[in-house]
Amino acid sequence: MELLSLLSAGEITSVEVTQGYLDQISAEDGAVGAFLHADVDLALSKAAEVDRRRQANEPLGRLAGLPVAVKDVLCDTQMPATCASRMLENFRPPYDSTVVAKLKEADAVLIGRTNMDEFAMGGSTENSAYQLTRNPWDLERAPGGSSGGAAACVAARMAPLSIGTDTGGSIRQPAGLCGVVGLKPTYGRVSRYGLVAFASSLDQVGPLALNVADAALLLETIAGHDPLDSTSLDEPLPAYSTLVERPLEGLRLGIVREHFAEGLNPEVEEAVRAAVAVYESLGATVKEISLPHSKYAVATYYVIAPSEASSNLARYDGIHYGHRTDISAMQAELATEQKAFLAAGDQIAVDNMDSPLVRMYRRTRAEGFGSEVKRRIMLGTYALSAGYYDAYYLKALKVRRLIRQDFDAAFEEVDLIAGPVTAEPAFKLGQMSGDPLAMYLVDLYTVSANLAGLPGISLPCGFTTSGLPIGLQLQAAPLAEETLIRGARMFEQATDWHQRRPEKKQS
Amino acid sequence: MALSRDDVEKVALLARLQLSEAELDTLTDELAQIVTYVDQLAEVDTGDVEPMAHAVELSNVFAADGVRPSLPREQALANAPAHNERGYLVPAVLGD
Amino acid sequence: MIEIVWFLNSQSAKVEVRKWHKSMAEDFTTVIGLEVHVQLATQSKLFCRCSTQFGAEPNTQTCPLCIGMPGTLPVMNREAYDLALKTAVALDCEIPEFTKWDRKQYYYPDLPKGYQISQYDLPMSSGGTLAISDSQDQFEPKQIRITRAHLEEDAGKSIHDEANGKADSEIDLNRTGTPLLEIVSEPDLRSPAEAKAYLQELKLLLTYLGVSDCNMQEGSLRVDANVNLHLETDSGSAATPIVEIKNLNSFRAVERAIEYEAGRQYRVWQETGQKLGEAPKQTRGWDDAAGVTRGQRSKEESSDYRYFPDPDLVPVITLPEQVAQVKASLGELPAALRQRLTTDFGLSEYDAEVLVNQGRALVDYTLRVADLSGDAKSACNWVTQEVLRVLKEQGRSIEQFQEQSVSSNDLAELICKVKSGEVPSARARELFDVMAREIYVSFEDKLSFEEVVKSLGIEQVDESELIDLCKELLGANPRIVADVQNGKQQAVGALIGQAKQRNPNVDPGQIRKLCLELIEQGFGSAE
Repeated sequence: MELLSLLSAGEITSVEVTQGYLDQISAEDGAVGAFLHADVDLALSKAAEVDRRRQANEPLGRLAGLPVAVKDVLCDTQMPATCASRMLENFRPPYDSTVVAKLKEADAVLIGRTNMDEFAMGGSTENSAYQLTRNPWDLERAPGGSSGGAAACVAARMAPLSIGTDTGGSIRQPAGLCGVVGLKPTYGRVSRYGLVAFASSLDQVGPLALNVADAALLLETIAGHDPLDSTSLDEPLPAYSTLVERPLEGLRLGIVREHFAEGLNPEVEEAVRAAVAVYESLGATVKEISLPHSKYAVATYYVIAPSEASSNLARYDGIHYGHRTDISAMQAELATEQKAFLAAGDQIAVDNMDSPLVRMYRRTRAEGFGSEVKRRIMLGTYALSAGYYDAYYLKALKVRRLIRQDFDAAFEEVDLIAGPVTAEPAFKLGQMSGDPLAMYLVDLYTVSANLAGLPGISLPCGFTTSGLPIGLQLQAAPLAEETLIRGARMFEQATDWHQRRPEKKQS
Repeated sequence: MALSRDDVEKVALLARLQLSEAELDTLTDELAQIVTYVDQLAEVDTGDVEPMAHAVELSNVFAADGVRPSLPREQALANAPAHNERGYLVPAVLGD
Repeated sequence: MIEIVWFLNSQSAKVEVRKWHKSMAEDFTTVIGLEVHVQLATQSKLFCRCSTQFGAEPNTQTCPLCIGMPGTLPVMNREAYDLALKTAVALDCEIPEFTKWDRKQYYYPDLPKGYQISQYDLPMSSGGTLAISDSQDQFEPKQIRITRAHLEEDAGKSIHDEANGKADSEIDLNRTGTPLLEIVSEPDLRSPAEAKAYLQELKLLLTYLGVSDCNMQEGSLRVDANVNLHLETDSGSAATPIVEIKNLNSFRAVERAIEYEAGRQYRVWQETGQKLGEAPKQTRGWDDAAGVTRGQRSKEESSDYRYFPDPDLVPVITLPEQVAQVKASLGELPAALRQRLTTDFGLSEYDAEVLVNQGRALVDYTLRVADLSGDAKSACNWVTQEVLRVLKEQGRSIEQFQEQSVSSNDLAELICKVKSGEVPSARARELFDVMAREIYVSFEDKLSFEEVVKSLGIEQVDESELIDLCKELLGANPRIVADVQNGKQQAVGALIGQAKQRNPNVDPGQIRKLCLELIEQGFGSAE
């Protein structure tokens, strides 16, 4: 990447680069709201350290001196990790996540923590307990989510690289809506250790950047086997940052019949079809394939993800860390209730009252979680509860395998699958609130990759007439990130969509 | 399956969430709508399909036994809402 | 109905309790199943590398994982799995090729994640057996079926300081994540004595396997008992609702609690006639001081654990070859060892039990002594009587004893020399005690067997010497001779003491015999 070559050539210092991005954050982030936390002193002191070491000709890491923004969901001993939740407002992790540790090892300058939907649940970043993030292309619109801050900060040039997480599309969808590149690796490719879990069997950490080459570089930095994560893959790690520049020969590109059903915005469809034509012009053969179970993907996802989430979020109980309700207020509430029941002579209600401990849990969690998190905890608890497990959770696990088998069959015939990231470009802030199901259906094209564990990438492939970015999604077989980035880079080098930038928001 | 307000109340206890009457009403509607959508899974024939609980199906991942340093107690308790420098404090745990 | 005889035999029952038991003894059978939780002897916890050492200051053996902090992930301790597998194989369980871990979800302050990692529908083992018997014949030998044994993590501890009356409990997470093997029996036990025998046999097996220290005081072995009654009534068979008894802190407590609970259920049955299925399963805690079980508050919803496969852990595949390997490496287990001691070495069941119960090292010592001396019975007698006595007095282990004092060679030599008469049996125990008393720091310092014999002046006494001595004593004690002739044979006893003073190597039995013979022959008579 260009900035890195300038740094290593000594033509620019890390302090200068870092200060440049910090200035951009001061200028832009008041309007965009991508960052929850930025530690200027920490960033500049790290940058100065890298500069000093470079001067002294000491060995430096792969990203030496380059600013990277991190979604507020990965533990870092030097930063808060709020997950955009009141629950973890004051939480300071006593350990580094593997991804953060690798970034530190690579001498990256961690400039700040980006906004997100609370606990990564949502597709608009509106579920943050702290602030709204706006789409740099249109401040009235959402940046997508849950990694909305991660995508917006790259789009607004407030960070050259950023780390997001993707459970049902949370990297690819905001990348698509913000006109940047976002890559979700194969499940197990990047360690989840220190990533605050939403749905453990679906969560994956990945890079966001302005182009595919930068994304490849960041992926190479954070990927690899981690003995601290039992689900981490012990597989060789290709040198993505160099391989990315080799176009694919004889690429077989798949187009999914079911992707072009009703509901797809015509401008989006047109841009995606045009992208496919670009591939054909580059020598790819295009084949229509079918993923017959893809229409069940959202339903499957909205059983599995909330089920796992309901369990993963049980730990937020106000005992060992995080928010706890006010105990005297809780006791007063119980006393008042009991008095009322007794006055009414309702002994059964008195007997059924919460114990102080149960009430403490219930108030703590009611106060600490926002409405979307509560909704998913409720949904997941219901799906796992006695009498419903087989019909929902177990059934969803079976359909999940059918979805995976569809992909396995498809990748016998094609190398990459191309399609839209979302059916519509960026939607207006507030447009989806009050209709959770409509919000869930935004994930239509992205959730399958998470269910099947496949890698996927979103890259800019056009703009609507109103100037909103349109994303192209490519998906590959498990562990075929190399094919994915080489295929994506081919397209990027044949087009200039990724070079457009939104207007400055403030001066 | 129809989801009643009563069901939602029971689930809220299981999930240790306190819900206001208004939240109960909204959630009953929203969850019922989502559950109805999810009910379409019933039409998929999954007769002899093995459930898939993991995205990548690994097995036998172990770590070797052996002690490594624990967190200093101060750090362990640093995030606790209430502690006495020895342990986490909670309102009496008498017969939950 | 053999099953209920325990009421009458039970040595532990208080008299007043026994009375009302007796009156209903013909009416019911007590049916018991046990759930045993054993802490496995690993150095570090099941899913992190914190120490499992007991007794540390609260919250000094925790890390982000066992505190349940966000973002942490479990990785399974191989040793814990291996120890669990070894135990399951030793219990003759089926080991399926595929096993997985599930989350059991409930809220409690000592469970920081809000779920316990355990095993639900596909445990690592199922369908085993453990044979129990009683050398005192309180019950017939029987096979107790093991439903399953599975690997899970322990919770922390809540400490409530009742004394200061404050409303706060203190949570200590040191124990959180310690590997536990849960061993569940079928309801095959029919009396407190059988339950105790099962627990003793299980503990012995675990000790032989070296998979746990089984220390109940430290909570390494914990027991819950499921108890109900099967009754024969005029209208056919019936059963009472099952009660799970918790807080059983010793085997004695298990016996007492079951005994109490059976009586309590019978009284409730007589009052209410409530049958199994007509009331939910109840949990009761044992109050050891009061000697009663007490109902514990439980909410209907608390039993909905919402188990599902833990997405953070991967399954374990165990191939039949691995199981065979584990089986081959188990060594001789207590039941087989007892069998061998009785059939091959001719020990009584009781002796075999005493020996085997003392642990593998003592059995090995005994077997070496038996082998070297060629006299299994004597070897066993020496060990069960003298060696065990000395170990108890000195508080030493058999390992220390044989290294520092009496090796298996020494004891075998002693047995042989006694048998050949080279060491008079009268002085054998004295000799043993001298050897046992010495604690040699190094082998070079150690006196040889011969040297000890010599230092004590032990030598064989031949019969002619003995006859001369007896004659002399009888001649000097006409009064005693007269007493014997008048039928007071025990009067000879005084002569034995005198003989031992003259020569410590004499055999008192032989002196007695010779003296009586000489008097019979008329030696020393007044006439």
